[in-house]
Amino acid sequence: MLMNGARLVLEALTKEGCEVVFGYPGGANMPIYDALYEHPIRHILMRHEENACFAAEGYARSTGKVGVCFATSGPGATNLVTGLVDSLMDSIPVVAITGQVPKHLIGRDAFQEADVFGITRSCTKHNYLVKDINDLARSIHEAFHIASTGRPGPVLIDVTKDVLNAKTTYHAPGPIHLRGYKVSLEGHSGQIKRAAEMIWGAERPYVYAGGGIVSSGASAELREFVELLEAPVAETVMGLGSLPSEHPYCINMLGMHGSYAANQGVSHCDLIVALGVRFDDRVTGRLEAFAPHAKVVHVDIDPAEIGKNRRPDLPIVGDLKHVLRRLNKLLRETRAADGAVNAASRRRWLDQIHAWQSEHPLSYTSSDSEIKPQFLVQQIDQVTQGRHIVAVDVGQHQMWAAQYVRFNRPRLWLNSGGLGAMGFGLPAAIGAQLGNPDQLVVALLGDGGFQMSLPELSTIASYGLPIKIVIMNNGYLGMVRQWQELFYSRRYSSVELDCFPECEKLAAAFGMKGRTIDKPRQVAAALQEAIDEPGPFLLNVKVSPEENVYPMIPSGGAINEMILHQPQPVETTGD
Amino acid sequence: MQQIISLLVENKPGALMRVTGVLSARGYNIESLTVARTLDPELSRMTIVVEVENASRALLVKQIARLINVIQVVDLTDAPFVCRELILLRVTVTDLMREAFLKEVEIFRARVVDASPGVYTVEATGAAEKLDAFLEMMRSYGDIELIRSGALAMPRSTKENRKAKSKELKKVSV
Repeated sequence: MLMNGARLVLEALTKEGCEVVFGYPGGANMPIYDALYEHPIRHILMRHEENACFAAEGYARSTGKVGVCFATSGPGATNLVTGLVDSLMDSIPVVAITGQVPKHLIGRDAFQEADVFGITRSCTKHNYLVKDINDLARSIHEAFHIASTGRPGPVLIDVTKDVLNAKTTYHAPGPIHLRGYKVSLEGHSGQIKRAAEMIWGAERPYVYAGGGIVSSGASAELREFVELLEAPVAETVMGLGSLPSEHPYCINMLGMHGSYAANQGVSHCDLIVALGVRFDDRVTGRLEAFAPHAKVVHVDIDPAEIGKNRRPDLPIVGDLKHVLRRLNKLLRETRAADGAVNAASRRRWLDQIHAWQSEHPLSYTSSDSEIKPQFLVQQIDQVTQGRHIVAVDVGQHQMWAAQYVRFNRPRLWLNSGGLGAMGFGLPAAIGAQLGNPDQLVVALLGDGGFQMSLPELSTIASYGLPIKIVIMNNGYLGMVRQWQELFYSRRYSSVELDCFPECEKLAAAFGMKGRTIDKPRQVAAALQEAIDEPGPFLLNVKVSPEENVYPMIPSGGAINEMILHQPQPVETTGD
Repeated sequence: MQQIISLLVENKPGALMRVTGVLSARGYNIESLTVARTLDPELSRMTIVVEVENASRALLVKQIARLINVIQVVDLTDAPFVCRELILLRVTVTDLMREAFLKEVEIFRARVVDASPGVYTVEATGAAEKLDAFLEMMRSYGDIELIRSGALAMPRSTKENRKAKSKELKKVSV
């Protein structure tokens, strides 16, 4: 069938299983929008291209499928950049398709022309500039292949308008073969065997699990692994839910705002089994002081992660699902003999971990008069019960949610982990709700991040998405304020958000329900009201303005130098 | 320290930018860079000389290898390799010095490739030290103009190398 390039884009997307696209039209991608007019692919008109990319991420993060977004040339495409870097940092499969000015105008500073191919080179896993209709189908299918295999990531395809208008026929290409792109899944047998030996040889093993478990879909394998080994598991902010929060071996998050037990554990263990993690600076603190007594087994699908920050004693390059399956098989076979040697030590180690947990559990001073942010998060946890989607923005509320909200399966917790992009939460919730129409989606946002993404209330209202928006409103850019309090002698510079719209009126302006509360006794009822409301709900919760997130490791500090409760001035400049 | 990296990349628009982008994003300055097609017209061979602190070398190579258009990356720095560079230089020589000049050119196995009255264009190839010595010598004849090609490097054919190569060739034939 003869069709134009724009229609071919939609046919190729359909072939890849794409059902929904987040985007924004403009001059250069108008042919795509014309083709969409009578096409079954559902298009969600966002209010900003950055949010289109975040929504595609929210869709991808919550469903495991590739998220797709559209933008026009120039400003449309440059607005995608933050979302692209965000998905690159968190390894999220996203395909972005941007319109470009016609081929004959490229390089002539045409209206809405920008060097999007150049600009997004370092924001993507790979990108394409398509100037020939014959390259279009192949580029799209390659993009999906690259985005969704190996270490997932964003791929951008910039298509000139003349290509979108050119006539062609669509033939789905055969299997994709890229000479420079090889993914090793299985892991080296010899290394896996050595890993099993190191694991049984350890007296104090510690599992450090991250986003790689989620990407690989290896939660069941992780669970079997830790149950065989009977070892504590700490998760990164990207790995929350990879082992159920309620699992007895799960000791929550480690790192800057990690639990006491998780950080003590990593400081005293003799073996770290690092699974799909990056040894990020927010996890390790001062690298030289991180896990000084531990040998490291590091499993990752990306060879460039191995030894990037911490040199492993045993590297395994492979997909976690495959590697853990093979490792578990070996461990099952050797458990009776080799596993018995250090069984008593491992049991003492677990006792020690549990002792640390009860010594310093997460805690805060509760209040009858003001709503403590931690209390709000605990109440949300009572609603979501570890079973529903919680999308968050960036800052204090994100860390409190990571600490207090349970996630009993992966892909329920959506956050901008690596990039820490404010404004992520609300559009991510939109993507998640569209990918999971029957699920409860809570968007927990700070008052800062909410105001960055506020226009998306319009998207939520116009599509009638029943998202429950909870604003943890402390009147500050809370995390920056916390740092100013601790590291800059309480000089609160440009962190006060003293003008916040009246929530009920704001919600009403978009035709949705809203409520503001400021008393602890109101929280449970207000959350229930939000849940019972069939449509979207905007809940503005005024919380204690100057509460800090603890435990905290000052930036550049050693992981066992935690500030547990009281603010103590620390002489360091953060970064 | 100076690191010499040899790369095999797909001969596609943007491939060079991707490779140099990894270097420039980390603030590394490229000392020299050569690119040209291989026997397989779909592939190009690049040689890059770049100043990188020792601790970051392995990571840099892996991050370049991660690029979709990059087929192979080899850090030649510590391996036995042959490295050559081509220079073209133009020298103004007085009649009095002409004979001595031409003798010098011969000693260094350089060649005069163009001449007009009193002005000679000379081509020389060799390892960097030899070329530096040659340039030093040529400067004594007067003002010189110089163009350097940048380093071309190839691993030496050792026993281990050949073994690795034959393995490699199964994957990539160039």
